Amino acid sequence: MNGAAPAIRLTAIDKYFGAVHANRSASLVVQEREIHALVGENGAGKSTLMKILSGMTPADGGTVEVGGRDVTGWTTAEAIAAGVGMVHQHFMLVPTLTVAENVVLGREPVSAGTFDRARAERDVERLCEQSGLAVPAGRLVADLSVGEAQRVEILKLLYRGARVLLLDEPTAVLSPPEVAELWKVLRRLRDGGATIVLITHKLDEVMAVSEHVTVMRMGETVANMATSDTSPEKIAKAMVGRDVDLAVRQGGGAAKLAGTPGAVALDVRHLVVRGARIEKAVDDVSFSIAPGEILGIAGVEGNGQTELLEAIAGLRGVTSGTITLGGADITHRGVHNRGEAGLSHIPEDRHRRGLILDYTMAENLILGQQHHYTNNGILDRHNIIDHARRRIVEYDIRPTDPSLPARALSGGNQQKIVIARELSRAFTVLLAAQPTRGVDVGAIEFIHAELRKAREEGKAVLLVSAELKEVLTLSDRIAVMYGGRFVAMFPRSDASEEVIGPFMTGAARGQVA
Amino acid sequence: MTVLLFLAQTLRIAIPYLFAAAGGAIAERAGVVSLTLEGFMLGGAFGAVLGAHYTGSAWLGIAAGVAVGVLLGSIHAGASIRFKADQVVVGVAINLFAVGITRFFLQLAFQSSSNSPRVVGFGASAGGSSAAFLANPLVWLGLAVMPAMAFVINKTRFGLRVRAVGEHPLAAASVGVPVNRVRYAAVIASGALAALGGVYLALDQHQFTDSMTAGRGFIALAAVIFGRWDPLRAGVACLLFAAAETLQIQLQAAQIIPSQFVAMIPYVLTIVAVAGVVGRSTPPAALGKTSE
Amino acid sequence: MNTRTRVLLEESVLPPLVALVVALVAGDLLIMAYGQAPGVVWRALLEGTWGNSYGFGQVLYKATTLACTGLAVAVGLRAGLFNIGAEGQLAAGGFGAGLVGLMLPAGTPALIAVPLCVLAALAAGGAVGSVPGILRARFGAHEVIVTIMLNFIVLALLNYFVSAKLHVPETLHTPEIHAGAVARLSGTFDAFHGSAANWTIVIVLLAAAFVWGFLFRTRAGYELRAVGLQSDAAEYAGIRAGRVWFSAMAMSGALAGLGGINFVLGYKNYYEDGFTGGAGFLGIAVALIGRNNPVGVLLAALFFATLSQGGLAINAMVPKQMVEVLQGIVILAVATAVPEVRRLLRSAMSRRKAAP
Repeated sequence: MNGAAPAIRLTAIDKYFGAVHANRSASLVVQEREIHALVGENGAGKSTLMKILSGMTPADGGTVEVGGRDVTGWTTAEAIAAGVGMVHQHFMLVPTLTVAENVVLGREPVSAGTFDRARAERDVERLCEQSGLAVPAGRLVADLSVGEAQRVEILKLLYRGARVLLLDEPTAVLSPPEVAELWKVLRRLRDGGATIVLITHKLDEVMAVSEHVTVMRMGETVANMATSDTSPEKIAKAMVGRDVDLAVRQGGGAAKLAGTPGAVALDVRHLVVRGARIEKAVDDVSFSIAPGEILGIAGVEGNGQTELLEAIAGLRGVTSGTITLGGADITHRGVHNRGEAGLSHIPEDRHRRGLILDYTMAENLILGQQHHYTNNGILDRHNIIDHARRRIVEYDIRPTDPSLPARALSGGNQQKIVIARELSRAFTVLLAAQPTRGVDVGAIEFIHAELRKAREEGKAVLLVSAELKEVLTLSDRIAVMYGGRFVAMFPRSDASEEVIGPFMTGAARGQVA
Repeated sequence: MTVLLFLAQTLRIAIPYLFAAAGGAIAERAGVVSLTLEGFMLGGAFGAVLGAHYTGSAWLGIAAGVAVGVLLGSIHAGASIRFKADQVVVGVAINLFAVGITRFFLQLAFQSSSNSPRVVGFGASAGGSSAAFLANPLVWLGLAVMPAMAFVINKTRFGLRVRAVGEHPLAAASVGVPVNRVRYAAVIASGALAALGGVYLALDQHQFTDSMTAGRGFIALAAVIFGRWDPLRAGVACLLFAAAETLQIQLQAAQIIPSQFVAMIPYVLTIVAVAGVVGRSTPPAALGKTSE
Repeated sequence: MNTRTRVLLEESVLPPLVALVVALVAGDLLIMAYGQAPGVVWRALLEGTWGNSYGFGQVLYKATTLACTGLAVAVGLRAGLFNIGAEGQLAAGGFGAGLVGLMLPAGTPALIAVPLCVLAALAAGGAVGSVPGILRARFGAHEVIVTIMLNFIVLALLNYFVSAKLHVPETLHTPEIHAGAVARLSGTFDAFHGSAANWTIVIVLLAAAFVWGFLFRTRAGYELRAVGLQSDAAEYAGIRAGRVWFSAMAMSGALAGLGGINFVLGYKNYYEDGFTGGAGFLGIAVALIGRNNPVGVLLAALFFATLSQGGLAINAMVPKQMVEVLQGIVILAVATAVPEVRRLLRSAMSRRKAAP
């Protein structure tokens, strides 16, 4: 490495989103021809930092240098023109066009007034050879596998002369063999002179493919080391901020069913569920929850938690396996049926699933329960308003007029409506997905208290949260989900951030049968 | 009933469908709903008659008709793209508007509520001889329009961008394709093309009659849908529908199938296609959505 | 302003207001193009409609049919479905009522005959309406295309029945129907003498009240609106979208079919090919301006009926075709007004919030 300027240098980057200090004087230095891993937990600030680098959003403070040149505050168009491009988690490909057409779209080769398809395909094939990416240039994108589609996204950047590639959680949708292929491609690109930054939370990947690692925690850059000089423990420690003892983990990973035999509120056996892009978003998961117990699922989002809960709730079909509620097999029953059987559900996306924003608070408070407020087909308005008034008081929902549309409420109050509704009905099992997402601190305490109260009353609660602290605070038992499987299960007494963290990142391995 | 006569008759009926369906194809592939073909056609017909009447030239009549089509297409484009109005509602509105405004000006210019005076066309008499038919440049244009549209959509840069915009506008925007400009171009083109269908109709009959398009714009749309939004397939569908009509006219005396049932054929076939009974019928993914 | 006021303005008041203003301005332009003075023409229009009892009767008559098709489209839209097939459903309803009327013996008391004919109208319209509903629920077939195509199919079919089997020679209508006839208002209110207004109005007002009660007071209505507003949340709530789509389209078709009574039993006492005259398509405008609310639909129906009748009244001054042009302009105006108004209000709100 000569004394040339680093490919990327971010210095003292500050970024605020409202009151949230997403990046606190964060920094990043990446040399040319390097595969650099940017690591951190959810909310550590790595995505924000990359968005600033790629031109998607401007920094509030600090400087961005690319190849020694100050480019602070540039746009994505300028970034791409300068050879810096980002491959996002959600692909931007037109399914009905071919690979070559997608790659050249916007910069199409033209001859004699027509689109020179032959040349486009030749150019793409040449790029494939140079980079080691193998994709058939003439195939329709709709017919590609996820791994191949991702390669097309990379080709798009290479076609535009990208020398610096930023990849955001690229293995989230890939199967293990596809991951291995991706590493081959990245190494080949690096050998060809490219610089690569890999955003990931998976430590095994960091060790496998990167040369340098930068760790972020709570918006700050806390460590920068050569991969050869470090280990998963050291990285995990930097991510979490405390000492990590990997040895302890392995022992405590045994699965444990809840105490009283026969008292099982919810039982899930060998569940396999399809995802939007993955065959097995949920890959053979089994567990039980007893009445009066909270089972929390810890894990970074995108590891199958969403699909698991949707399958149990009845919003997603099941490939194989069974779901039993209070002894009754509900695997193939409809949503309404499951509700009547005693299943309650706080959905993770309240705007899409949990509420009808144009309905009033009162109407939302009976959503899914409207048949209980009906006499001979007619809605019992008196009862509905009464129910609404009581819940508004009980759950301290503001403003207090039940005839206001739900749209008018703050996020926290909207969530309270969902919680009020799901907890005030008759149920034995509660599914709670991200129950305090987008909710202010005061309401968070309140919601936690409600969940504990449900447990005291003998309900079984399945809690899914991306906030590890929340899972630790509330759960009696904690399962860790990674890659569609339960890789660990701890009673609360054995669990802590240091213990769980490595399982969430795949650095530690286990399998709960 | 000679084969030649049958073919000629079929083509004569098919020409307006081919023009309008070509317009429908490009606009819908770009993601904009084309219920407006009927209105564009009617407007084009009236414009042609107006132009031919005041200038005495059939060619200037064509130009006038196309101009009206472009105008109506611009209204559709503006309302749907700039103002993001619901495209179906805009379609209904423009069709109603076209009927009304042609009637209004029919009264104003020609003091009649039913038809205009005779205008010069491309042949001596209305319909009639095959010589007149072959001399009509619009006939040749009409036969060429679908293959030309297929070429544009599949082989030109504009066509590639149209296809991208109609399927995944965000992806197109992310690589710098000017999405709205592409949509505008496609819709205005559909206005001009569908208007040509009306122009042919009016000049062939040498006059404009109130509501003379009589639903042809919807048959053209049916052809586009039945042809799964592919120009060549839509072209075949147009010929098919026209052939059925010709058959029915020829069999009129024999009374084998009542004319009303023959008239239903395009519509029944389209419903069958849309219900997926005959293969999958998937419209462009972003059809009707301009909110992004 | 608080959210409730803003929502009210945005959704219910401003768009129709914009429609009215645009109609007036466009009308002025068209009138002047014809060399007349707008003020004089508008006055004549009002006098010819609300200013005399015959004119008002005609307005009521036309509004009755439009209210039916408007309610039909409104119910469909509440469920998230676009029913462009009201024209065919209206014709089918009129035909069904006419058929039953013809089949009933001449002396059947009105108390039995009229309800039977009404039921026939509802059933016929509902049957036609349920086809797109089933196709959407089972095959995901888009109802816009299906209803447009079905219009042509139904109208062609009915044309066949009338011209092949049922018509009075030299005409395109059926023989006179005696049983099930609905009396004219002029029978009771002498002032309406000569106008086509008839007691179907009462039936339709009841239908509007029913629709209101159904949508806002019943469980089925709650579920229907939920599917139309946010189908993902409705699915979460265990509501079956397919069933809702089917019943919404069937109800929509039935409402449109009800409108057939107005002409077939209340006015001409026979079914005539083409009696619908575009009322089905205008129903879309009525529903749009009436904001899919039964009360709004009634008012919007009166608005369009006034325009239509008014056009006839001022025919000597300006061609009545001006009204058709106005209709198209008004629909376009309202369709563009809704998203635009929403956008302007939202940016005004955020500017106010941003200011310290």
